[in-house]
Amino acid sequence: MASNHPQGRNGSGSGNAQRRAPEWADGLKQLYDSVVEEDLPDAFRDLLDRLEATPTTRSPSGDNDDQGAGGR
Amino acid sequence: MSDGGQPAPARSASDKSDFKRELTGVVPHLRAFARGLCGRPDLADDLVQETLLKAWAAQDRFEPGTSMRAWTFVILRNAYLTDMRRNRFRGEYDEGVAERILIEPAGQEEPIHLSDLHRALLTLPAERREALLLVGAGGFSYEEAAAICGCAVGTIKSRVGRARAALSEMLASGAVPRRSTDDETAHRAILEELDMVSSGNGVSTRG
Repeated sequence: MASNHPQGRNGSGSGNAQRRAPEWADGLKQLYDSVVEEDLPDAFRDLLDRLEATPTTRSPSGDNDDQGAGGR
Repeated sequence: MSDGGQPAPARSASDKSDFKRELTGVVPHLRAFARGLCGRPDLADDLVQETLLKAWAAQDRFEPGTSMRAWTFVILRNAYLTDMRRNRFRGEYDEGVAERILIEPAGQEEPIHLSDLHRALLTLPAERREALLLVGAGGFSYEEAAAICGCAVGTIKSRVGRARAALSEMLASGAVPRRSTDDETAHRAILEELDMVSSGNGVSTRG
């Protein structure tokens, strides 16, 4: 998904309000990509490891995220 | 997340590890989407963790072969809207990488600060912000973005168009809110439209 053509799907077809991608459009992708490229904090892999190790039968309470994986 | 589906057969260990691998693969994208939505890296990461827990609990509803990124974005988005309603996010903005990156638009004297762009983005109503993030940053098609947000393609197009127009105007006029986005404008705008968003789209978890 990296850097596909900047105005491909915006520019083509729909001839309404947004004809061309504004000059900051690339910045939006940069913002996104800069986060995608960050090193993944261990907390996420740890969390998934713990989930995998836990039987899936437990109740799906998504609020219970205080398992030491906070921060960053 | 309860749509009362029938109990699915227990997944095999290999299903589980496939799921885990795919889920791990989209975490960087979840972080990026969350950061765009809520501005503060720590809150964004909390949101991602919440999303992972929910996705894990709902893994029987994921259809292998469909887009894990789209599926988890739906979950993240719903979690975000719920948290917003609980007033967790206040459009706070933390200067991070963005502060150090300049965009150099061709043929324009003033470079645009990515941090300005991000702050401007955070002033947009939630529904426009997410539409623009999905299409303009995440690279989703209008159709995919519409499926994620549970609305019509035309609606997404118009949200993206309005978001672009608003950002262009803000950036051109220099009317970007400064650092502390405890900023009334942002917050009010977000809350105003939140009801619309949440009433319009229930929890739809289709991939």
